[in-house]
Amino acid sequence: MANDYEEIDLEALSDEELTEQMHNDLYDGLKDEITKGTNILLGRGWSASRVLNEALVEGMRIVGIDFRDGILFVPEVLLAANSMKAGMAILRPILAETGVESIGKVVIGTVKGDIHDIGKNLVGMMLEGAGFEVFDLGINTDADKFMAALEEHKPDILGMSALLTTTMPYMKVVIEALKERGIRDKYIVLVGGAPLNEEFGKAIGADAYCRDAAVASETAKALVLERRAARGR
Amino acid sequence: MTGVSSVDVANGSTPEVTAKGRGRVLVIGCGALANEMLALVRASGLRDIDVTCLPAKLHQRPAGIPEAARAKIRAGREQGYERVFVAYADCGTYGTLDTVLDEEGVERLPGAHCYEFYSGPAAFEAMTEAEPATFFLTDYLARNFERLVIGGLGIDRHPELVPMYFGNYRRIVYLAQSDDPVALTLARAAADRLGLVFELRRTGLAPFATAMAAMTGRSALTVVEAPGAHMRASRAAGAGDAAGAA
Repeated sequence: MANDYEEIDLEALSDEELTEQMHNDLYDGLKDEITKGTNILLGRGWSASRVLNEALVEGMRIVGIDFRDGILFVPEVLLAANSMKAGMAILRPILAETGVESIGKVVIGTVKGDIHDIGKNLVGMMLEGAGFEVFDLGINTDADKFMAALEEHKPDILGMSALLTTTMPYMKVVIEALKERGIRDKYIVLVGGAPLNEEFGKAIGADAYCRDAAVASETAKALVLERRAARGR
Repeated sequence: MTGVSSVDVANGSTPEVTAKGRGRVLVIGCGALANEMLALVRASGLRDIDVTCLPAKLHQRPAGIPEAARAKIRAGREQGYERVFVAYADCGTYGTLDTVLDEEGVERLPGAHCYEFYSGPAAFEAMTEAEPATFFLTDYLARNFERLVIGGLGIDRHPELVPMYFGNYRRIVYLAQSDDPVALTLARAAADRLGLVFELRRTGLAPFATAMAAMTGRSALTVVEAPGAHMRASRAAGAGDAAGAA
């Protein structure tokens, strides 16, 4: 019986074709193919950051759009994320070695009472892909832990995630803690999670609500650059 | 003959309202609550209430609930129902179901999830506060765990996803509405499969009956549980809620 899928020889593809194929492979969650494609592009003299941006981040951006539009669902997104992780595992040490300057630092975490981290992990990965240094505090993070991490890492951005309507109000608790300490304006505060919306983000005093990982990454970049430009004036 | 519809739950299809013209009140529920809703309504003799359900599979695709509910509400009104209620909690719609229900002028059951009205709000809050890393099962979810959870989350095809979905959970709490030994076995097996601590909480139907009675404006439904048997429910004596019953 004929195979429905023809084996594609990644080595035989041009750079452009291979990049496009990697977008497809990410979409299909094919981890081994992403590992292979990443190595091929590096072998052809691509810089790690070019592979990251043009092959992996762009591929995940497409996945994110189709997830938002209801074409892909969580299982497919997780498989894509697993594949991207495999590619990043190859690129990360090279990026560190070559001393690529980070765009900025981000402290992220899922708020107290909430153990859901699928979205937060995707955001962390996309931020890392965009060139941020990410400090992930994990799940069930209380205000004290956030404050300690801000003190320790001195990030540009604080990102908070929640999946439950019962836990999302805790984001306001953290923002109030920043205000009480007089450090609210030191940080860009981004919030996200399925139950949130822009109105909620504004109401609790966040700088922006990010509806998905790709938006979080774009927003983070834009706000950091905006803040630096304002300081430079 | 009562005005209660029979509901096809097993395959998650959308059943039709079957008791046309007999009931005056329509309750549109989640297919995952169908057996329990029917048991309550039948046993309590609320013969003016018809029950219809949206597909249980929407439990895994809650974005589809609001507009599906709207369509059912409008269909129910076209069929002449005087009052319509929705037996859903927020159920992962994050306020979008409420927006639709506000627009349609329809009430729903309280709470964030069915787990909340099955256990009662105070008990549910206590459980989630004591251990946020809790995954809940109901009778329906225990019986359909393989199809809805394992299949629905793609774990059957990609078992490597288990840590990504469940890595942060510590326990499964099975909220048992009945004493069904098969459901109990399946719930335990689910916990074993995911490597989680298992805990059984027998909620019975009383908290659900309270929530349904409050939503439909009835006096409290009395629910009597018989070990190993199906639930029996009856209206509190003197309840003036049978007006319009067929």
